[in-house]
Amino acid sequence: MKTNDVILQTITSISAFIILAFGAYLFFAGHHDPGGGFIGGLVLASALVLLYLAFDMETVQQGIRIDYKILTGIGVGLSTLTGVGAMLLGFPFLTHTFEYVDFPFFGEIELATSVLFEVGVSLAVVGATMTIILSISEDA
Amino acid sequence: MSWLHIFILLPLLVAVIIPILYKKIARIHTGWFVLVVPLAIFVYLLTFLPMIAGGETAMYTFPWIPSFNIDMSFYVDGLGLVFGLIISGIGTLVVLYSIYYLDKGREALHNFYVYLMIFMTAMLGVVFSDNLIVLYLFWELTSISSFLLIAYWYARRQSRYGAQKAMLITIFGGFSMLAAIIMLGIMGDTFSIRELISQSDQLVQHPLFIPAMVLLLIGAFTKSAQFPFHIWLPDAMEAPTPISAYLHSATMVKAGIYVVARFTPLFGGTMEWFWIVTGVGLLTLFWGSLLAVKQRDLKALLAFSTVSQLGLIMSLLGMGSAALYYGGGELAHLHSMAVLAAVFHLVNHATFKGSLFMVVGIVDHETGTRDIRKLGGLMSIMPISFTLALIGSLSMAGLPPFNGFLSKELFFTGTLNAASLDIFRMETYGFLIPIVAWVASVFTFIYSIILVFKTFFGNYQPERLEKEAHEAPWGMLLPPAILALFVVVIFFVPNVLGEYILEPMMASVLPALVGQFDFHIEAWHGFEPELFMTIALVVLGIVLYLTLRRWIGLYNRMPRALSITNAYNSGLKGMESISRKITDAHMTGFSRDYLRYIFLIFIMIVGASLFMLDGISFDAGTVAHINMFEVILSLVLVGATAMVVFTRSRLAAVICVGVLGYIVALFFVVLRAPDLALTQLAIETVTVALFLVCFYHLPRLRQKEEGDGFNVINMLIASAVGILVTLVALAANGHRLFPSISDYYLDAYELAGAANMVNAILADFRALDTLLEIFVLCIAGLGVFALIKVKMARREKNENQ
Repeated sequence: MKTNDVILQTITSISAFIILAFGAYLFFAGHHDPGGGFIGGLVLASALVLLYLAFDMETVQQGIRIDYKILTGIGVGLSTLTGVGAMLLGFPFLTHTFEYVDFPFFGEIELATSVLFEVGVSLAVVGATMTIILSISEDA
Repeated sequence: MSWLHIFILLPLLVAVIIPILYKKIARIHTGWFVLVVPLAIFVYLLTFLPMIAGGETAMYTFPWIPSFNIDMSFYVDGLGLVFGLIISGIGTLVVLYSIYYLDKGREALHNFYVYLMIFMTAMLGVVFSDNLIVLYLFWELTSISSFLLIAYWYARRQSRYGAQKAMLITIFGGFSMLAAIIMLGIMGDTFSIRELISQSDQLVQHPLFIPAMVLLLIGAFTKSAQFPFHIWLPDAMEAPTPISAYLHSATMVKAGIYVVARFTPLFGGTMEWFWIVTGVGLLTLFWGSLLAVKQRDLKALLAFSTVSQLGLIMSLLGMGSAALYYGGGELAHLHSMAVLAAVFHLVNHATFKGSLFMVVGIVDHETGTRDIRKLGGLMSIMPISFTLALIGSLSMAGLPPFNGFLSKELFFTGTLNAASLDIFRMETYGFLIPIVAWVASVFTFIYSIILVFKTFFGNYQPERLEKEAHEAPWGMLLPPAILALFVVVIFFVPNVLGEYILEPMMASVLPALVGQFDFHIEAWHGFEPELFMTIALVVLGIVLYLTLRRWIGLYNRMPRALSITNAYNSGLKGMESISRKITDAHMTGFSRDYLRYIFLIFIMIVGASLFMLDGISFDAGTVAHINMFEVILSLVLVGATAMVVFTRSRLAAVICVGVLGYIVALFFVVLRAPDLALTQLAIETVTVALFLVCFYHLPRLRQKEEGDGFNVINMLIASAVGILVTLVALAANGHRLFPSISDYYLDAYELAGAANMVNAILADFRALDTLLEIFVLCIAGLGVFALIKVKMARREKNENQ
């Protein structure tokens, strides 16, 4: 069944980027403002879902060649490794640290190892959500 | 971490790379790589020998869970070291033997060697652990690895049966031992064996002393196949012969003996210990030797022989524990000789039985059968195997010039000494001990003779064998030959062994008597009662062997229905049918039933505790002001919930659930929790998408499958849960027993550098929660993927057909 989705597709191709940017913003905002890895990942996933809804599966997969199962694995692995990293330095598992660094042009910026952990969380969320949704829709 | 830790864990580490070696270097038999491991451990352990012979011990500790008194502490003394040497030494020989026994092309070698290496670490851990919890860990690991090894040829039904039997019985004993360990931990406030032993004087008074002793002994008896738990050992013979030689004769089954010896300083010297250990040991000795005579399968014969010999060692340890009652002096020394006999026979048994098992394996490998009715006349075809079998058997029968003779004479001495005891009511029953021991030794003699004569003498019947018999390759003969060499050498220089190995072992079993051991093992000790007992048993044994045909039929008179194996089988069957009935009754397959169980249990536990602890309270003073906006939201919430329940259209239900989610998000906004609101909104969006995706596939919505009347029970459960949750929420608000933890998180900016408290909690304070949360997500995602892929694959398969 072919349907004419011109309006949906046109709007989606614009708004997907806005949603993706919002997701990225939420991710980085998490440290001091509402947001964070989990919610950021969810918003990214919802943008992807919108793309899959508007275009068909093959079209999107040509543009985004990601195996979401592997993405989930990478996310979980990354989060675990950040925890192990603390152990290698002699701290308890999952100890995080932060430092304020003065960058030229950007000024003083806070760098925290928990960002790496959050990246893992985001990837795992995106991966798992997309794996579930794509698996179920492929079942059709 | 000490070198000892590393060497004990070395096999486990090697086990990880064995499958890689097996795949990448398939040309070379994997066993050659594995061979290095036990050899290295053996050489390393040998370096402890001078220290141990000098009467010293060593302790290596590595903190593991110190807050619960659990440390990886390994203790090297005579007992542990000799066991370690047996494990690694015979381990080396068994690996060498297995290289020739297991075919590289046909067998799953990687599995075999992985299990074997796990077992080796487990066994080394058992004998060196000072911490009881660690000991228990390794102890169960031996059961598991033994299970895997018995079931190695898992396609055979008998292998699976044997493996299950061994595991059920030994793990049952393991649990019993765990209970004993916990009791000991309560009694002595420590899990360290050495510290417990040092408190033994006070512990005897403790009310848990006898229960802990009995439970510990059950664990030891199951592992060492003592009566009536011996039934698993013959079935364990379904394992490949290298395993039978290693686990089920030389090492693992001796773990029970080890535990009894290890705890003798703690429990020994009491009447209960003396009688249980001696009695069960003697019974096992007698029963095992009796049953061994009737076996037709060589490995089964050796299995019952092992049962019997383990009983012998066990009974000697029991008799020797009397020495602790005296604590010193002449009588203590007299009875400590039984412990000498026990540790001596332990070493001897490992040598001759290991060698015999390997020879039987050779016979099996080269002729294709182990049935003595088919075998015979192999002496001229397999002369080296014959010699080795002869040495092993005569040593087992207790004849000179082999080491079994020496320890058997000491055994007789021990029983005669025990009979002269006038404590523990021995003056009444003591005379039984030498008689039972002597009769059992007659049967031991008979089955040892059967083993050699029926296999190697008589007529060679090639038509009844599966293969043309010929001598085994040198690699298979070398390991038993080395063990047979020990059998002979120990006979001639027993006191070298005595000084370096047996005396430190005795010191571990009887620490109270250290320095008082003064013994000299002699092959010729004059015309003593022991010698006459030996002569009499040989004469009677030969007579009985020659007349075997006339009385072997007596065994058939034993009622099969009364056998212990029969009881085990019917017990297992009964348990299975009961559990199936219970499972069928409650596992209906309807999620509404499962929800009912969950809610009922929730009501019972939470409701009862709320009621009993008098937790129902409501303090209106602490409640914040409710504004109009919140009232409206609540009303919408209630309305949407009611819609979900009563609507007949799925689309409406989905929309109502969505409404619920968004209203809750609005609540979060009102209550100033923007993080939660954001998350809730995003999740609602994704959920709606998910619903859209699977909408098409869902079956038509039905209110209820059977009858559409009003279900009172469901209504009661539903209302009770609703009321209960409300009450819990109110009670939680009303009770503030502890200062709230949220104040701690207010410092998030200083502690974690994050101004967003919620995120600081997620990523810093409670990062482990988050980490496990994404593990769950990952597993859920992969689970959905796998389930759907399986379904699709099945559908495709059906279409192709």
